[in-house]
Amino acid sequence: MAREHFQNLLRGLEQDLVGMGEMVIAAIDRSISALKNVDKVEAERVIAADALINRRRWDIENQCIQLFATQQPVAGDLREIVSFMDLITNLERMADHAKGIATIVVRHDQKPLLKPLIDIPRMADKSCEMIQKSLTAFITQDVAAARAIIEMDNEVDALYEQIFRELLTYMMEDPKTITRAVFLIWVSHNLERIADRVTNICERIIFMVTGEILGN
Amino acid sequence: MSEISIETRALNLFYGDFQALTGIDLQIPARQVTALIGPSGCGKSTLLRVFNRMNDLIDGVRVSGQVIIGGQDIFAPAADLLRLREKVGMVFQRPNPFPLSVYENIVFGLAVHCLARRQEYGGIVEQALRSVLLWDDLKDRLHHSALKLSLEQQQRLCIARVLPLKPQILLMDEPCSALDPIATLHIEDLMQRLKKEYTIVIVTHNMQQAARASDRTGFLYLGKLIEFDETAKIFTKPAQAMTENYISGRFG
Repeated sequence: MAREHFQNLLRGLEQDLVGMGEMVIAAIDRSISALKNVDKVEAERVIAADALINRRRWDIENQCIQLFATQQPVAGDLREIVSFMDLITNLERMADHAKGIATIVVRHDQKPLLKPLIDIPRMADKSCEMIQKSLTAFITQDVAAARAIIEMDNEVDALYEQIFRELLTYMMEDPKTITRAVFLIWVSHNLERIADRVTNICERIIFMVTGEILGN
Repeated sequence: MSEISIETRALNLFYGDFQALTGIDLQIPARQVTALIGPSGCGKSTLLRVFNRMNDLIDGVRVSGQVIIGGQDIFAPAADLLRLREKVGMVFQRPNPFPLSVYENIVFGLAVHCLARRQEYGGIVEQALRSVLLWDDLKDRLHHSALKLSLEQQQRLCIARVLPLKPQILLMDEPCSALDPIATLHIEDLMQRLKKEYTIVIVTHNMQQAARASDRTGFLYLGKLIEFDETAKIFTKPAQAMTENYISGRFG
């Protein structure tokens, strides 16, 4: 097969992307465990680590720009590199949401949690599972998997709805809980946005493989 | 699709026993640039030459099917070859001006085809040179030898030389392959200007050139038209895997 050098560059880019995905998943995991333990120090570490993810994003973007400039990608190659650029933007935004959760932990200021966490860690696990699977689907160009992952977003939305309603009852019963309840709603909202961004990735996978643009 | 300038129907072409084109069905739109791409020997130059019957000069050529230009089958027994070549101009890979002056190069076709009176020549020469953006450079050198011009100017002159015959179609066979990259871009810009009045069909080995300069692209392989579509679609989402492999440099 011709263009071995170009193929190698693309494979290298995939490795970098997977690495960035792992960093994002770790950031989400750590932000949730910081929340569970109301651990301000860990939360601050998550916030600091966000800069590394941003740097990784710019590094991958720079590689994409160089491929455009030097390799003149067309057709499937073109769609793949365009997709890389879209994926890293989405991953970077997910990391911002993890940072958002960590920031909430900092603002929680070591006060005990309103209630033991049950559905929020579930939401986080589900979101991280979706990220992991979407990156695998991207590497393997698996459209069926991408479509299935988009469906998983409904489960995350359902959890969000459930958490929201539960916290609403806390607040109605006792206004003194409002601040802490709102913090938890913000956390779950961040997780809900993360899962939405995974669906963006999945739509991009479908575009990359088929050239079709979903949604609108 | 808008107005059709060239249409082929079930076109086959043989060089002796060798079949160079197989079942080509193609509609080339008027006043657009159409690029033909494909690996060497795929038949793209042969197809281009069919459009003004240049292949007639080669021994053992047989053609079947139809090629319709201006509503007429150019291979019909009654077809007027001279009239066809007036309508369908050709520009070649290497600039090939006649070893005459700039002026004589441009009026040569007019004289052969008796298309204008001598006193009109001056205006026609100016107009032709203006069309290819050579007038300002050459207006004081009209009677100098065309062979003294730069390669790019020579190629522009070869394009200008075709225009006084008022062709509808310009065929270009690798018109930039002898030119440097900047001259290449200039000729591509020129094609964009000329397509407002002429149908342009270009054969090119340079895929980026097809992508940059054409509205439609046809991909030929082993004498067959594999895919023909809007250039933007061919280079972002080709329908055929073979097209994709070729344009992304995976074979050929």
